[in-house]
Amino acid sequence: MKSIYSPILAGLTLTALVAGQGMAADKVIMGFIYVGPKDDYGYNQAHSEGCAGVQKLSWVKGVEEASVPETTAVQETMRNMINLDGAQVLFPTSFGYFDPHILKVAKQYPNVQFFHCGGLYTPGKHPANVGSYFGYIDEAVYISGVVAGHSTKSGKLGFIAAKPIPQVLRNINAFALGARSVNPKATVQVIFTGDWSMPVKEAEAASSLIDQGVDVLTCHVDSPKVILETAERRGIYVCGYHANGSKLAPKGYLTGAEWNWSKVYTDYAQMVKDGKSLAAGTIPHLVRGGLKEGFVKCSDYGPSVSDDAKKDAESAKAKFMDGTMVIFKGPLKDNGGKEILPAGKEYKQQDLDLEKMSWLVEGVIGST
Amino acid sequence: MPTAPDANTVSVAAATATATAPRPAWRWRTSLEGVAIPVGAVVGGCVLFGIFCFFQSRNPFAVFAAIYKAAFGSWYSFQNTLVRAAPLMLTALCTALPGRWGLVVIGNEGGRVGGGVAATAAGLAVQSASLWFVILCMLLGGMVGGGLWITLVGLLYYKRGVNETISSLLMNYIAIAVLNHLVNGVMRDPSSLNKPSSYPIPDEKMMPTMGNSNVHYGLVFGIVACLLAWVLMEHTTFGFKVRMIGGNIRAARMAGLPVATLGLITCFLGGAAAGTAGMVEVAAVHGRANESLAAGYGYAGILVAFVARHRGLPIILVATFLGGILASGGILQREFQLPDATILLFQGLVFLSILFSDSLYGRFKFFKERGA
Amino acid sequence: MNAHSIGWWGVVIGVLAATVRGGTPFLLVSLGECLTEKSGKINLGLEGVLLMGAMSAYAVAYRTGSPWVGVAAAAAAGGTLGCVHAFLVSRPKVNDIAAGIAMLIFGSGCAFYFGKPYIQPSAPQLPPIGLGNWSSVPQIADALKISPLFFFGVAVAFGMQWFFRTTRWGMQVRAVGDSPAAARAVGISVTRTRFLCIVCGSALGGIGGAHLSLFYPGAWTEAISSGQGLMAVALVIFARWNPVQCLWASLLFGGAQAIGPSLQAVGISTGYYLWNASPYILTLLVMVLTCSTKRTLVGAPGALGTSS
Repeated sequence: MKSIYSPILAGLTLTALVAGQGMAADKVIMGFIYVGPKDDYGYNQAHSEGCAGVQKLSWVKGVEEASVPETTAVQETMRNMINLDGAQVLFPTSFGYFDPHILKVAKQYPNVQFFHCGGLYTPGKHPANVGSYFGYIDEAVYISGVVAGHSTKSGKLGFIAAKPIPQVLRNINAFALGARSVNPKATVQVIFTGDWSMPVKEAEAASSLIDQGVDVLTCHVDSPKVILETAERRGIYVCGYHANGSKLAPKGYLTGAEWNWSKVYTDYAQMVKDGKSLAAGTIPHLVRGGLKEGFVKCSDYGPSVSDDAKKDAESAKAKFMDGTMVIFKGPLKDNGGKEILPAGKEYKQQDLDLEKMSWLVEGVIGST
Repeated sequence: MPTAPDANTVSVAAATATATAPRPAWRWRTSLEGVAIPVGAVVGGCVLFGIFCFFQSRNPFAVFAAIYKAAFGSWYSFQNTLVRAAPLMLTALCTALPGRWGLVVIGNEGGRVGGGVAATAAGLAVQSASLWFVILCMLLGGMVGGGLWITLVGLLYYKRGVNETISSLLMNYIAIAVLNHLVNGVMRDPSSLNKPSSYPIPDEKMMPTMGNSNVHYGLVFGIVACLLAWVLMEHTTFGFKVRMIGGNIRAARMAGLPVATLGLITCFLGGAAAGTAGMVEVAAVHGRANESLAAGYGYAGILVAFVARHRGLPIILVATFLGGILASGGILQREFQLPDATILLFQGLVFLSILFSDSLYGRFKFFKERGA
Repeated sequence: MNAHSIGWWGVVIGVLAATVRGGTPFLLVSLGECLTEKSGKINLGLEGVLLMGAMSAYAVAYRTGSPWVGVAAAAAAGGTLGCVHAFLVSRPKVNDIAAGIAMLIFGSGCAFYFGKPYIQPSAPQLPPIGLGNWSSVPQIADALKISPLFFFGVAVAFGMQWFFRTTRWGMQVRAVGDSPAAARAVGISVTRTRFLCIVCGSALGGIGGAHLSLFYPGAWTEAISSGQGLMAVALVIFARWNPVQCLWASLLFGGAQAIGPSLQAVGISTGYYLWNASPYILTLLVMVLTCSTKRTLVGAPGALGTSS
């Protein structure tokens, strides 16, 4: 039901913008919403750094709100950013914000653009002023896997994950495939902690894996800090995630998969400034990118990485850059023996089937 | 564990005495005290927060102006406050109702989750029926789910002497674990990939918002529940009996009251209220059960109950007030670059202040009644 | 690097090691709560104290470079919050539970607010006492690296037991907790005794928090607590207000926390949400089995839960 208040609010907002704030009307105001604290050394911090990066453009103003849970609170925050701060573009960065929250608020404010991180925009089903973006960080995780495969002496790798959802499974599989591309006998043992941020469980998981003989760890949780530090303390190697954690594990850090959100946000900001919009179809609804597009990057190699490892990793990176690398190609079996892809077939990175992943590839110990 | 007799309930003898004595003149001093002290406490808490802001180099007056603007300053803001207050009203009843009986239950989160899951199951079962039937079934499901969860707490207390505060606390954690287990397992909708959830309730069968506002009917449920609780406790025989037990359990037993049954009923009612909060969360907001059901209101509902002295009408006010504080969290972050924890600090200061003020009743000569 | 996997032994060793390092915060916080409850007051705010202790220990250790100074700071922070709580509940008509929850909110708020700049840096950690250094198997050596605060906790547990049983002050505390009216009649200051007990109890709780941030998991983040502060209240009842039994109960809880991840490490991965809830289910089960309407109150301080 269209609200009779929206034209009134729109008018008030405009007046407030012009009179109250008295600033250049062509500043693009972008709102960023995070589900956890901004300084979590992980997921949310990566986005916040992206926001800081885009604000380097003088004609962009960023408004941030952190620790907004995935309930009506985020709807309230979005509306506040639109009505009180005058945001024209919103970036709610947690997956759970999409349905129903963004969809509901987007219908109420057709002139504001909503870019959701990680969502799967479906034309016809979702409002026209909504778009989704994400990075193929599994490419960077694949490179981590390559380095890990070289560095392990026991052949056992460990992966501490939050939940068995497609984005996480994709990373686990990429890590395993990367490692096994240089070390076919390597195995990856997975432990799911159940939630995005559980430091005690993550530390316990790290300890249990190390007790089982794992000598390279990596993870997909909101904040890798505890895992990096535990690994370093027990003297094993570790690959980072979300952000560069080499300071936390100076000896054991091999490399890491990092986001480069500033590039994504800067691209969007430029498009908005140029007057493009989702509703008009001039901004694509589904934006994805990997190493080649600069959406994600790999951390620098740590001191323990051998030259062989670097060589293989660099050649894999080069293949990503020129578009010839395919991570998920047949013959591919899952860890129960069932065939996922026959020989000759492959999933290109943009293939939407990958975003529905529910299997673990052969070589991964664990179940979804 | 024996609990504190509620200072405001009457014992058997006193009740009889006041029933037969001549009615005194309106004790305006006492009434004034009942308003001045809580208001003074809120102001005191705000002053403390203002001093904190000052030491953090933020202008306290600007901060308070912003909080007011975001909580009560416009109809738009007030809607946000109301949306936040609705679940608080319902979860507060989960502590308030057993509280009048004499149990200290802090299982609001568990009751909410239990009710939410049950409501989802009920809604999915009848999803092809009309909107009102679906809502009704979900409501019943929520009430039964939440009610049974807290009745279990009461049963454990009654049958095995297990301290109800601890058992309700543990049941919170267990409820969340069961929710996650179900939502990731048996109840999971395979197409809910990146956020495991149950199957969704169809959009057209969800609870609508009221008129043109952003406020859904959950608010009505909350206010009605509080009013019913108030009527139940203050104006019915059932309520009188429960209050008697809360005042002096031995005397009540001697008077032949079915103490255990009444206790279990109040637990069920309290749990039903919390379960309704869960049902509202599913029916009006998410449309399905998933982990967001437990992304809760923490212990705020418990505090609301205590500050409102476990009574229905004050709960409505206190919940609205707390809803306002919570609704202003965002503006503190965006306008003053204060971290998200600031609103926790503000809440803590205000509630500490209000609790402290409880001890000030009867201390000021001004409020003492003149004469007898 | 690590030699080889040790299969099922890994679960056993993992759980044993986790029992000690996971149990230490439970131990310290429950001992603190035990002291408080022996004097007749319940403190639900220990969760806030735990967080504040963890944060201040980390922050001060980072600033000064010494983890021990951090531990002292945690005790001081806990003690300060304890003072506020003690003052509040010493006033008439203030409900203990509500006060505890308000302190929980306030303590958490303080910890998160002032802790923001310390999430990123790495603070020096408490040195472990390596009881297993004789072993050539790395897993055993690592498992037997025990926190010095654990030994401190054990000492406090036995010390407190002796304190309550034999010293005059211990008897005073028990008197105040069992029957404040009688205690007042013989001239013991109920308010002062309770004040001291609450403050010392909170200080212990703060040290429990220090263990979380300076030993295991060894970092400061906002999600560092898994409810240890609140569980401590359950633990104390479970342990019948006996400090040495608090020790055993804490070890039980610490071990229960590790079951989930350890099982997954050997391949049992179904139902991990339920496994992760095992500490809570376990407590509830034990309470149901061991309590009865007649026996619960044995050992409970008489004034607990009343407003005297």
